[in-house]
Order: sequence, then structure tokens, then C-alpha cells
Amino acid sequence: MLANLGYFSLVLTFVAALYGAGAAAYGAVRRKPALVESARHAMLLTWPLVTLGALSIIALLVGRHYEVKYVAAVTSNAMPTYLKVTALWGGQAGSLVFWSWLLSAFATAASLRRWERDREFLPWVIVVTMITLAFFISLVIFFENPFQRLWQTLDGRQVSALFQPNGAIPLFPTDGQGLNPLLRHPGMVIHPPMLYLGFVSFVIPYAFAIAALVTRRTDDRWIRITRRWTLVAWLFLSLGLILGGRWAYDVLGWGGYWGWDPVEIAAFMPWLTGTAFLHSVMIQEKRGMLKHWNMLLIILTYSLVIFGTFLTRSGVLSSVHAFAQSAIGPMFFGFIGLTFVVSVSLLMNRWGELRGENYLGSVFARESLFLLNNLLFMGILVVCFWGVLFPLISELFTGQKVTVGPPFYERATGPLWVGLLFLMGVAPLSAYGATSWRSLGRGLWKLLLLSLIVPAALYFSGVTLAGALVGYWLIGFVAIVTLVEFWRGALARHRRHAENLPLAFWRMAIRNRRRYGGYIIHLGVVLMAIGIIGIEMFQTETQGTLARGESLSLGRYTLTYESLAQFDTADGRNVARAVVQVSRDGRYLGDLYPRRDFYYASQQPMTIPGVRSSLQDDFYVLLVGWEPIAQEGATFKIYHNPAVNFVWMGGLIFIAATLLAAWPTREFDALREAATARAVVARA
Amino acid sequence: MNRGTQRSGSTFVGVVSGESHGLMTDKSTLDAVVPPRPSQWGVILVWVFVLGLLAVVGLGLIRAQQGNIGVGARAPDFQLTTFNGSTVEMADVQGQVVVINFWASWCIPCEQEAVELETAHQLFKDQGVVFLGVNYVDTEPEALAYLDRFGITYDNGPDLGTRISQAFRIRGVPETYIVGRDGRLAHVKIGPYESLSEIQTAVNASMEE
Amino acid sequence: MLRSLKGYLVLLAIAAPVLIASAAVQPPPPSDDEVNAIAHQLYCPVCENVPLDVCPTQACAQWRATIREKLAQGWSEVQIKDYFVEQYGARVLATPPARGLNWLVYVLPPVAFLAGAFVLYRAFRSWGQTPEPLVPTAPDADGDPYVARLEEELRRRS
Repeated sequence: MLANLGYFSLVLTFVAALYGAGAAAYGAVRRKPALVESARHAMLLTWPLVTLGALSIIALLVGRHYEVKYVAAVTSNAMPTYLKVTALWGGQAGSLVFWSWLLSAFATAASLRRWERDREFLPWVIVVTMITLAFFISLVIFFENPFQRLWQTLDGRQVSALFQPNGAIPLFPTDGQGLNPLLRHPGMVIHPPMLYLGFVSFVIPYAFAIAALVTRRTDDRWIRITRRWTLVAWLFLSLGLILGGRWAYDVLGWGGYWGWDPVEIAAFMPWLTGTAFLHSVMIQEKRGMLKHWNMLLIILTYSLVIFGTFLTRSGVLSSVHAFAQSAIGPMFFGFIGLTFVVSVSLLMNRWGELRGENYLGSVFARESLFLLNNLLFMGILVVCFWGVLFPLISELFTGQKVTVGPPFYERATGPLWVGLLFLMGVAPLSAYGATSWRSLGRGLWKLLLLSLIVPAALYFSGVTLAGALVGYWLIGFVAIVTLVEFWRGALARHRRHAENLPLAFWRMAIRNRRRYGGYIIHLGVVLMAIGIIGIEMFQTETQGTLARGESLSLGRYTLTYESLAQFDTADGRNVARAVVQVSRDGRYLGDLYPRRDFYYASQQPMTIPGVRSSLQDDFYVLLVGWEPIAQEGATFKIYHNPAVNFVWMGGLIFIAATLLAAWPTREFDALREAATARAVVARA
Repeated sequence: MNRGTQRSGSTFVGVVSGESHGLMTDKSTLDAVVPPRPSQWGVILVWVFVLGLLAVVGLGLIRAQQGNIGVGARAPDFQLTTFNGSTVEMADVQGQVVVINFWASWCIPCEQEAVELETAHQLFKDQGVVFLGVNYVDTEPEALAYLDRFGITYDNGPDLGTRISQAFRIRGVPETYIVGRDGRLAHVKIGPYESLSEIQTAVNASMEE
Repeated sequence: MLRSLKGYLVLLAIAAPVLIASAAVQPPPPSDDEVNAIAHQLYCPVCENVPLDVCPTQACAQWRATIREKLAQGWSEVQIKDYFVEQYGARVLATPPARGLNWLVYVLPPVAFLAGAFVLYRAFRSWGQTPEPLVPTAPDADGDPYVARLEEELRRRS
């Protein structure tokens, strides 16, 4: 049957992955290219096999096969088809298969390149990717099996197993539990895949780094090969985090987008080290320095990916996000131990061979600023890591359960974010290899002073919060510096090539995608910072119970309660929907419809806000409670979130610019290949 | 400090290994002969960190997998201040069979067994069996209302600071732990009792040991 | 006598409503905002990592009602938070109380950051010691001008 087909193809994948890893390692050590080639074929085989497994699950989900335990757990008759497909990653077992599918896809894609110059990397890349794949598949086939069926034993108990237990009869339920209501929002549909894409794609740079260590190819070849992979991985991780925030804001109903929940932080930590890595590899490529540090960073990033996945799925941390506890915890623990120990030992063993080719001029050179950037990111990482780990430590050593919540993270990382903001403004003014502060200092002071216009304007329009003034000053500073850089570059090109300015700007950006893409990303970050400061420092809220026709005010806004209707919907929920009128300064703006959904199957309530969005703020209304019988009085909670839409706008620009920076340029790549080929020939 | 000899490889983690190498001034020659190793302190620090992290996480995992305390384990010592104001300690009820029931007023399944527990208490009162109710993470007015509603007369008290429930490592409510005369757990029930007879069977079995 | 009694009765009839009204006037109950201001700083003891002011469960509603009750009785914010800690443990607070082992939470990140800054400082010092002028990574020209120019061009472009 379909379930057996799916299961069997995953078993085959496991075997192929193990064979691939073993054959590649043996073939590399004993110098048997034929064996390595065979291993590569085994690796190529894994993707079609996992695809078969994943497609079987999807077919079971869409086909209402509720006799399969996983299908009964995450789908129901009332769900639309597209949601049933996305239920593939709605539960632990299915999401592990999805992870494996992505991993085998990326391993295959990475292997489909020209290996002539890097033949020695291939076996070790296969070893790393296939061991990881084998691990995740083993979790599925031995512990979290999505193909298990429901049976009823002779003594009336309901069990789930792959093959028919003795004397049991198969059960065929007519409906399922249905996907967790929180996961049915469009934002939630796309957020896990984006995150998984980001996590899984970090395996490739890691595999190449390990390959470089093992084969002692300590130049920056591995970085050049994986440069685009790393950027794409970082792109997806950033996108996943931003989408997660947007989803939380739209659907979770607490007026915010980031709760400093341990599982959120577990996904955030690889992003921190990934961003540090993106910056510091530029130094290695330009100046041949920091080889040890870059190795350490990629090992750390990948380890944090696996560690974060472990924390979310093992039950060690309690969180609203976490999957239910299961037996995969110990397995994951073993895999993490293996990863840490092997990576660290290898790095230490090859430490001496990672020789730097250059030295640093002064603190004011661009390299130094990148290092400061790394220090700040690592500082934030330490805060996050320690905050996540400490409740566990406290409970183990003192028996006392504690919560490490947002105030800790905000206070500890605040100054570090400010430092990063400042660096974003200073770095474009610096030069590689500069030796004195003079070159930096002159431009710096002028622009710092110029950007004081921003906080001054804010101060005179009533903003007195010191933190906000400093933040907006630095935001203005970064924006001005970046725009000046664009202007200067375009102007220089315009003068030299007699192109008109817009064309000059475009040509300049295209030929220097990395640099100018980077600047635009920084501008995106700056826009997001405008929104973040707005909502974090200036959010106001109020709550009140209103009778029909009564009003509630918050600042310049007024909310008037019109009516409330309660009804059942076709997809199995009870909806209480209020109609409220919004006005500002007395002028009527429109109606909003905050509502409360109650899903019968999972007994879970969901609060969907009614939001009026504009560039300068959001007016966010929640229906907190109502009198069911009379339906006269209702309780509303209102949030006023200034500038919050800058977060989403900035996020959009951020992602678009990353795409720009990552886009392959044919002429440039060909040029680079030719030059390096020549250099290799010349060296030989 | 001789500038010519103060060199090192591109070390980052750990302390700079800036030793004086006497005659050798050229870094590349030096490195060819003695490749720089990561400094001692760096290595120790990194391994301490990695192994320490694995140890902490491993212990956390073990504890997460452990679940509640099981049959045969020593019943933890605890102190319960009842709603009436009296204090009950484990030492006070030593040598008797003690039925400890964890409940909360917001817990719907707890209501299923509430009346049966009270009836069982009445039946076993003269046989020296003590019934104790531990109110888990609840508010006093609601808790008292709950007790009133089901006519519960045996001692009940709030689990201050969740210390008692942490000692028993409960994972939810309702859960019932029956301590035998020897001070060890004789019976553990996760979830509500289905019927009075189930409670009777459990208590009788615990009395026999 | 009857007249004075009637007088007293009239007086009472006038005074009574006033007396009753003044006895019945109480301070208004705490507003939702006041309750939320305190609930925002506390965490749901049962559901993990959910602040008390947004938690939708019935138990959380009861806890918010407790806060309202205590506020009405005139308790201060600190008293209410202490009460919750006593009842439900330290995990209801948003950050660990600075006692005993918990000091480690606050101390370690700044210490680690300073240690990192120190390492960076030492690295700068050791690198800055070289008397050699900074040169770009030696191109493997072997005299090939094309390669040298290409390398330079690449460096300028990226």
C-alpha cells in the first residue's frame, strides 16, 4: 500500500546514505576514485527516494487516509486541500521527512557542479551530507514514523504500528484531528519551509569547510565555492524569521512580533553567527586573514542549527513552540555530541595549517571594523545562548525553575545593537588596509554632526526618550552615509563613462553587486530599525469593556463598539466577530472586525486582531471577551504601534537586496574562472 | 621588547603565542619549522565549554525523559499548609497509607474523580488511610469553591511555590500518588480515576504491602 | 413629644439616603489597564513563556482577577508580585530574581563580552607589531601581466 511504499523508500534512502558516506570515506582514504564515484551515485539516488517518501505522505494526507496515525493527527475533513499538503510539516514526523527531502535536494544540487579543481573535496562533502541525511532518516524510520497505522488490539486498546500486530484489526476513522489552528494562517504555511531551507542550506558550507580541513586545502577555495550557498542560506533564514514575526503579529494576538521565546531564539542564533560569518569571509577573501575564525564561525553556525533543532524537538525546553516530547531527544543528543567533538578536534588538529597571509594595519581599517562587528554579534549570541540555557542550569543545580524573559534580552542586547548600528555607518567610510584614523575621522565627524538633524527634529516634535533619540540619530547617520556612498560612486562613474546618473547608478550596482547589495541590505535594516524602535519604545495600549455604542480612547484614536455576531463556520469553528468603528481626532476612518475563533476539534481558541495599518502607525484591536447570552458588552484591547510597518517594508527591501547580491553574474564568474585557471597554470 | 621577534600566526581564539624566538625573525621560516598550535589555554577553554555544554544538556535531557516519580521510589518529604491553616508534614503521617491527589479548579478532568475521592475518604477513614489534596497553581477563592461544590472534607492545601509538584515531578493534573506504610510509593495514577472501585482497589493494594 | 418624634423622623428620612449613599460610595474598581500593567510583568505559571496579560486560558483569567482583587484591597505592585512568587514560584517573574545562582545570569554575558574584547585587543596588538608595509595577497603572477591585471581588476570589482 501507499504507506508501505513510502516507508520502504525511506529505508532505501537510509541504506543509500550510509553506503554513500562509507564508500566516499573509504574511497578518499584509500584513493579509489571509482568508489567515490559510486558513492556519488548513491547520493544522487537519495533525492528521488526521499521525494517518493514525501509524495506518499502528501498523497495520504490529501486522500483522507485517517487509518494512518499521522494523517489523523494533522488533517481533517474540514481542511482545504492546500492546507492538507502543508500539513506535511505540521507535525514532528512529517517535518523530519521534509527536512530530509531538503537536505538530499541540496546535496544533489551541490554535487552537480564542475569538480575538476576540487576533486579532493567531493568525498568529504558526500560524507558530511550523507551522515546528516542518514541521521534524520533514521529518526523517521525508527522513532517518528509518519506511516504508522492505527490498530485495535484484542483487549480493546488502540495502538499504532507499521505492521499488523498479532490479532489486531485495522481501524479506519472517518475524520482526523485537524491541523493546529495556529498553523492554518498563510504566513504560517510558508514560515516553516523558509526556516528549514535556511537551516538545511547551511549544511553545504559546513560540509565544504570540513572537507577543506580534512584535505588540508586551507586556502579560501571552500569559501569561494560556497559563497553563494551561504548567502542563499542566510537569505532564507532571514526570510523565515521575518515571516515568523509577521505571522505572530497577525495571528497570535498579543500585539507584538517577537517574544524572545526559547524556540524563536534557537532559530535566531544561527542567523547571528551566519551574519558574522558573511562579513568576516569578506576579509579572508580580500586579505587572506582570519582563517581560523571563519572555520570556527561556520562550525558554530551549523552546530547552532542542529542544536536549535534539538532544543525544539527534544522536550528539554518547554515552550509554546516546541513539538511534543519524544524519543528522538537522546538520538539528537548523540548526533550533536558527535558533530561538536569531531568538528572541534579536526579544527584543532589542522590549526597550524590555517596560516594567515597578512596582518592588520590599524584599528581603523575596514578589517578591524568587521572584527568589531563580529565581536558585537558574538556578544549578542552569548546573551541569547546563556538566556536559553540558564533555566535548564538553574533547575538542574538548584531545583528552582526560573524564566528568562524579554526584559533580560532587551537590556543585555540593546547596547550591542546600538554598536552595530553605529558600525554600519562607519564601515562604508573605511578602507581595507588603512593605517590611520585621519582618513576615517574626517568624513566621520562631518556626517555624524549632519545626522544630528534627525534627533533634533524629533526632539522639537515632542520625542524626549533618550534611547529613541540616540537610535534615530544613528539610523539617520547610517542612511546618510550609505546614500552618500551611492552618490559618490554614481558620480564617479558618471564622470568617467559619461553615462547619465541613473544609468551610472544602475551599472555601478550591477558590477559591484556584493558591495552595493550590501549597502541596500543595510538600508533595509535601518528601515526595520525605525519600525522596531517605534513599536518597542512608543507602543501604548488600553483595555476596556464596552456596551453597544460606547467608546474607548487611546491617544488620538477612538474605538466605538458597534455590534457582535456569533456563528459557526463550515470548517469546524465557532466565530465571534465584532464590528467596531475607528476614528482619529474625531474623524471617522473605517470599520475593523476583530474576532475570536474557537476550533471544536482541537478545543483551541484563536484571537485574530482587526488592524488599521498606515505608514506612521497601526491601530490594533483585539476582542478579548464578550457576554455570550446578552451579547451586549464586549471587552476590547487596543494597541497603538507607531511605525511598525517600517519593519515589514524594511524586511522586503532587505530580502530583495539579498537576492540582488546573490544573483549570479555570468560575465563576472567567467572572468573569475579564467583568471584563477590562469593562475593555477602559472603556479604549476 | 624586540619588535622583530614579536610575531605570531593568525591566532584569534586564545591568547597570542608571542614568545621570543631568538634568532628567527622571519615568520614564514619559523612557521615552516614549528607550525603554530592553538594556545594551551584556548584548547582547554574550548573543550571545557563543549563538554560542559554536553553534560548540562545531557542531564537536562535525562530529567525531561524521566517523568514523574514511580512506584517503589521513596515518597519525597513535603510540607502542606492546608486551607484551614494547619500544617501537614510527611513525618506526621509516617507509617500510614497516604493518598496524595494533585488537582486544580481549572482542571476539567479533575472534576470526574472529585466525588469518588471524597467517598473513598469516608470509607477508609477508620482504617487509618490519610487523604491529602494538593492544589496545583490555583487561586484560593476558586479552589475553596471547588471543594465546596464537591463536598470534599479531607485536608487540602495550595502547593506553594510549586515545590511539592516539582518534588513529585508531576506532568499535569490530575495525578494521584499513594504512599505505602513503608514510606515508598505503592501506586501511581496519571489522570482521573474512572470509578470508585478503581480507587478502592488501589488503596487496598497499598495497604497490603 | 409626637411633634419632636415626627421631627426626628423627618430628619432621619432626609439624612438616611445621604448616609447610606456615602457609606456605599467606594473607590472605583481597578481598571483593566492597571491590572494589565502588572500582569504584563508576570508569566503564566502553567503555560510556558506566555505573559499573564495575553494568556487566554481560564486559569490566567482567574489570576488576572486575583490581581484586580489585590489592587482593590490597596496592595502595591511589589506586594502583588511577591505574592505571586510565594504562591507559584520564581518562574512567574520575567527575569530571575537576583539571588544565589541567578547572579550568574546577569554577570556572565558582560564578562564574556569583555573577555572577547580583550582577545580582540591582544590580536590587534600582535598584528600591529609587524613593521612590513601592508601588501595585497601576493599574486602568483610569475611575470604574467594578464593574470596580475586580472587579479587587480577582480579585487577592485568585488
